[in-house]
Amino acid sequence: MQPRRSQCLPSPQRGAATPANLFIFLVVLVLAWLLWSGIYKPVVLGLGVFSCLLTLFLARRMVFFAQSSELLSMIRRLPGYWLLLVKDIIVSSWNVTKIVLAPKLVIQPTMVDTDGAKLGEMGQTILGNSITLSPGTVTLDIDDGRLLVHCLLKKDAMALKQDDIVDRIKALES
Amino acid sequence: MIEWLLIVVDIVSWILLIIGSICVLIGGIGVLRMPDFYSRIHAASLTDTMATLALFSGMILQAGFSLAAAKLFAIMLFLLLTGPTATYALANSALLSGHKPKAAVLEKKVE
Repeated sequence: MQPRRSQCLPSPQRGAATPANLFIFLVVLVLAWLLWSGIYKPVVLGLGVFSCLLTLFLARRMVFFAQSSELLSMIRRLPGYWLLLVKDIIVSSWNVTKIVLAPKLVIQPTMVDTDGAKLGEMGQTILGNSITLSPGTVTLDIDDGRLLVHCLLKKDAMALKQDDIVDRIKALES
Repeated sequence: MIEWLLIVVDIVSWILLIIGSICVLIGGIGVLRMPDFYSRIHAASLTDTMATLALFSGMILQAGFSLAAAKLFAIMLFLLLTGPTATYALANSALLSGHKPKAAVLEKKVE
């Protein structure tokens, strides 16, 4: 259960970015920026070009392109996942609201180890963020596919042990 | 008919905005009431998540079908993507600096 200091350095380039990858990404960035800004003065445009290039550089440095195809294939299934997640969030928000407003504060802080080893890196990120997003559960540490989760109620910890959410993300990934 | 629809949308958006505001308030109360660091994070995540969802959905309904609505949706998405990352950074650095959570540990799944 002892948390280990995880590696901060980017892992070696697995799928290096092809020029086509970089170009498509840049076009998407520029289009998004033009749509968002709506002001077409030289100074503002210059800043836009600068921020697009900076984003491209950072994305490449983060080894974003090694996972971009995985992400693209996921996009179709994301809205359905979001709907389920929003439903979960509403239910757990209601539970936390009841705890906070109860005259007598009753909490059962519980830690639980969730196994996300069967998910890829992207899946583990989504799992950790989804857990943190729902009120009442917070991811404390991710290490070797194991997620250390702090829960406000024992009930939530038990639910996490059932692996429902892991299976849901597995379906999202494949 | 169209006017009725507009009134209904208006009412729904106001209900969402009020729910969002109440969530911010409850999150604040929760942060004050909870006994220790890790349980306070849970109360704060009510503000982080539910309030963001409700407030932005309310604002999107107010904006109607326009570019502003798309921008609001994007802002909501980015907040929901970056919020947990910030919470994780906070909780993880507390854990790694040796702040032990006072919590029961749930062991392996009961088969």
